[in-house]
Amino acid sequence: MRRISRLSRLAVLGSATVVLLTGCLGSSGDGSGDQDSNRNADAKKVELTIGSNSVKGGKSSAGATFTEDVLIPKFVEAQKAKGVDVTVKFQGDGSDDEVYKQKLALSLSNKAGPDLFSLDGIWVGEFAQAGYIKPLTDTVGDAAKVNDWDGWKQIPESVQQLGSFDGKRYGVPGGTDGRVLFFNKKLFQRAGLPADWQPKSWDEIISAAQALKKVPGVTPVQINAGTAMGEATAMQGVLPLLVGTGATINSDGKWLGNTPQLRQVLDFYKTIYGSGLGDPVLQREAKGRDKSFAEFAANKIGILLESDYFWRSVVEPKEGVAKMADRDTAVGYALIPAGKPGAGVKGQDFVSMSGGGATAINPNTKFPQQAWELLQFMNSAEMVKASLNGAAKITQRTDVNTEVLAGDPMLNFVATKVLPITQFRPGLAEYPKISAALQQATADVVGGKSADAAAKSYQAAVEAAAGKDKVTSS
Amino acid sequence: MTTAPAPVPGRPARVRGPAQDVAGLGVARAVGFLAPALLLIGAFLVFPAIWTIYIGITNYRLTGVEAVSPSIVGLANYTKALNDALFHNALWLTVLFVLGSAIVGQNILGFALAWTMRRARPAVRRTVEGLVLLAWILPSTVVAYLWIAFFDRDTGTLNSILGTQGTAWLIDYPMVCLIVFNTWRGTAFSMMLYSSALQAVPPSQLESARMVGASGWQTLRDVVFPHIRGHVLTNTLLISLWTANDFSPFLLTKGGPNHESETVPVYIYNVALQGGELGYSSAISFLLLIANLLVALLYLRLLRRRS
Repeated sequence: MRRISRLSRLAVLGSATVVLLTGCLGSSGDGSGDQDSNRNADAKKVELTIGSNSVKGGKSSAGATFTEDVLIPKFVEAQKAKGVDVTVKFQGDGSDDEVYKQKLALSLSNKAGPDLFSLDGIWVGEFAQAGYIKPLTDTVGDAAKVNDWDGWKQIPESVQQLGSFDGKRYGVPGGTDGRVLFFNKKLFQRAGLPADWQPKSWDEIISAAQALKKVPGVTPVQINAGTAMGEATAMQGVLPLLVGTGATINSDGKWLGNTPQLRQVLDFYKTIYGSGLGDPVLQREAKGRDKSFAEFAANKIGILLESDYFWRSVVEPKEGVAKMADRDTAVGYALIPAGKPGAGVKGQDFVSMSGGGATAINPNTKFPQQAWELLQFMNSAEMVKASLNGAAKITQRTDVNTEVLAGDPMLNFVATKVLPITQFRPGLAEYPKISAALQQATADVVGGKSADAAAKSYQAAVEAAAGKDKVTSS
Repeated sequence: MTTAPAPVPGRPARVRGPAQDVAGLGVARAVGFLAPALLLIGAFLVFPAIWTIYIGITNYRLTGVEAVSPSIVGLANYTKALNDALFHNALWLTVLFVLGSAIVGQNILGFALAWTMRRARPAVRRTVEGLVLLAWILPSTVVAYLWIAFFDRDTGTLNSILGTQGTAWLIDYPMVCLIVFNTWRGTAFSMMLYSSALQAVPPSQLESARMVGASGWQTLRDVVFPHIRGHVLTNTLLISLWTANDFSPFLLTKGGPNHESETVPVYIYNVALQGGELGYSSAISFLLLIANLLVALLYLRLLRRRS
């Protein structure tokens, strides 16, 4: 008897707690929408924090250095002239993108986090749905002031997508990129291949790789695959190949399932990793992508599918993470060919994918107006140009691009030849799961599964992620 | 000692019944003394546990719509776990990890060391114990990085020792690496426990065993084990639970490649933070808790049977 009564007391306690918790969970995320966007607008002492996945001397070092050494002092100085005492802190991070995303999401869900932060364009939808970020017109208020910013006119519509969701601006985009095939001219010479190599089909990539295979100690080609690489597999692997078959990952509101185009891509992976043209071990290592950078710089990889980031920040002679002193003469670049000429998306011969990020304002910032001022300052032509510090990079601003890209043939190549044929990822909340399914499918193929079997499992994963009626197949 | 406390005037309660009075005061005092502990246990053990159980029946996510307005989905997360091939994979790998590194590896190696050290000179014994204990004391992150370097394909010492140039141990044999790593790390604890246990074996019995000409194995089986059976069970229980909940596989392999070393704790982390599915990961955490409890019960039962 006594035992039962003790048990029932426990049960009552337990259920009471659950009821209490239900209330807690349900209320999280609410209550920040009606914040006064003009709060602290006249403050004379202001503190702001900028969060970014970059760190001095590490990941995207140049960006972090610029923010800490140039942007912040300049902004502080400009504000001082207006009689406002601003302290801006830089909260740098050097993690993998996925880890940075978790950290950011966790702190934002607790209504903490930096006042301004950079985030990948494909996270904007998820973060917006969770209320971690709000349309700029809500956070900053005073719709006219946000939409009247003269910077918007300099940012192309397609690039603005990087900071938008459901037709609303959540952040200011911070530039874009394009993907090409990088190749090592020194190895090409040893393999008897031309220095101005430009393959016109996947078969021509394979035959170049076969020639490179004869050079001892060389991995002929490296195209990201597998789950260890995370989103890099999608952006520097499956997606550019997929648009080379004429398909896009999401069209007419439906996700691409087990289709002939997908199997064609998986077959291509099979050819590369099943016949020793690529290094399957590299694809499975946790730090595989970093290792492939190091190996390319050490003249051990022949062909690498990468974004112009590779040129700017990896093999860059002075600041790169895998410096190549002779980058300008040793590294070649070519457009990514469609599977066969004319077989690419929109009938293109060559294809690419682009990505990029945006800087958003924390809806819970104490100083929304000052954060917006900083965001504008950060994206002014003067600062965007200064951020390049003489180097070239495809920025978000057309006026800056025309001026700075002329000096760098590679980036000029991307801006003029690649961007016109490029595709962006869909900014939908399901995308990360679809991407994960693609990563798994390539992992399966590299691990030895047949392309058909991998495509079947992929179909099941996509259906589970998006719902059966939102997936195409044939 | 002999004098009882004199009744205090004006306090009739004291006179009425000392026993009742003492009990009353005792409860108040006990509550007072226990309050801080109860508060801490409530805040850091009970609340998170109940919270986890609750989250486990919702579709709560890290981002997206469900981060703001999660709904209760009943046991959907549990049915999902039943049909989740990756979860089954993680369970199996965890069993393998516990069996290989704790139940077999740490136990046997720990006992062997304790047995060998038993008659060593104190100086030698202290040195060896100190060295072995280092493995246990060092932070697991540091140890993990040492082992990653050791196993590395290009620069690792293991390949140089074995002459297996180019073998990517952590990629090709991730579970073997994890078992070796955890055995190495946890052996110290087993060794210390068995060292003290072996001191409980009466030297006279060992002496008689030697005199009747018992072999080493016979001595172990018939003289030593009956004395340390309780220690073996307690040790096995502890190291099994630690290993089952150990997160260091993440430090070495992140569960990869391709889920080949994704034990349940790593899977929980990956589901929660890589996939953002906090509800589902909480459900799996609860399942892991139940599995741990079952294992603990099994051992307790074995222990009781002995006594």
